[in-house]
Amino acid sequence: MAKRTAPEVNAGSMADIAFLLLIFFLVTTTIETDSGINRKLPPIEDVEDPPIIKQKNIFTVVVNKNNQLLVEEELTNIEDLRLLAVEFLDNGGGEGEDACNFCQGPGDPKSSDNPVKAIISLKNDRETSYKVYISVQNELVAAYNDLRDREFLRLNPNGGLTFVEAYKKYSDPRTTPDQKKLLKPKLDLVKGMFPQKLSEAEPSKN
Amino acid sequence: MSKFKKKKGGELPVISTASLPDIVFMLLFFFMVATVMRDSTLMVKNKLPAADQIQKLDKKDRVMYIYAGEPSPRYTDKYGSQPRIQLNDKFSTVSEVAAFVLAERATKRQELQNVLTTSLKVDGDTKMGLITDIKQELRKVNALKINYTTRIGDYTQNRD
Repeated sequence: MAKRTAPEVNAGSMADIAFLLLIFFLVTTTIETDSGINRKLPPIEDVEDPPIIKQKNIFTVVVNKNNQLLVEEELTNIEDLRLLAVEFLDNGGGEGEDACNFCQGPGDPKSSDNPVKAIISLKNDRETSYKVYISVQNELVAAYNDLRDREFLRLNPNGGLTFVEAYKKYSDPRTTPDQKKLLKPKLDLVKGMFPQKLSEAEPSKN
Repeated sequence: MSKFKKKKGGELPVISTASLPDIVFMLLFFFMVATVMRDSTLMVKNKLPAADQIQKLDKKDRVMYIYAGEPSPRYTDKYGSQPRIQLNDKFSTVSEVAAFVLAERATKRQELQNVLTTSLKVDGDTKMGLITDIKQELRKVNALKINYTTRIGDYTQNRD
């Protein structure tokens, strides 16, 4: 007697079913954006007597209601902002205990003493467009990142990573705790050299 | 009798479609894995500005989202075209932000309540006044970690 074979199931419609599901997922998929510029807001409590900061250690950036950029009271294009900020932070004009031994700037006595003292003050109008505000924020963060990259590469010449890359690696959940422990002091050191001191003024009302 | 006999007629050879389901399944699995279901439907215009100095957001359970922008075309009749805030699935005023943050915080696990990030997904054409108001509200409820969620791209894309 011949061996009885199991009857074959017709798989011809399998493709149709799969297509149906595929189209459903294609339509419902929205690739979520999950990255952006992190910021920390200042706590609301009032400081009784604010610390006195020398005017030369403040880098003022104002965006007015016509989305124009005023850097240190001068009308500036956003293309130049990054360079101006780097120049200000990296100036190293301090003397004595304020001296900065890693700064490569010109050491202009009218500009910042050292990166730890340097503060960037950002002020915007209520009518400023969010796009412009983000662009300005982006450029200021970029200035810090450029300098941090430079110092990170100088201090860890054979790591092959820039500060930004190393930080990304540090925040990646796939990085093992051992590697993280190795990276953390290096990152903290550079962060301490160029702390992000970005102060935002209360908005002006018109 | 020739070995190289011509095949009969102009019939096209049939292409086997047996591997078609495999290909389709492959695509299907890709999209199934890549899909993130949105918690709330967007009711505002949400063309995020571009930036390139960005950091990745925290895990999803540590983030709450605040959307803002002009209402979408189908809501403009009812809500006008002034930029509005959207919390969860409805339009809200600035004064509701604090309550929203507190409510969201209460739904999270105890150990996460202090590490929450607020992701601001704001349309590029919004005025800063609204965002400043949101930030003030966030400061009031001590939700200090924020993230301006942006697209990845050069800042020059923000001009137009």
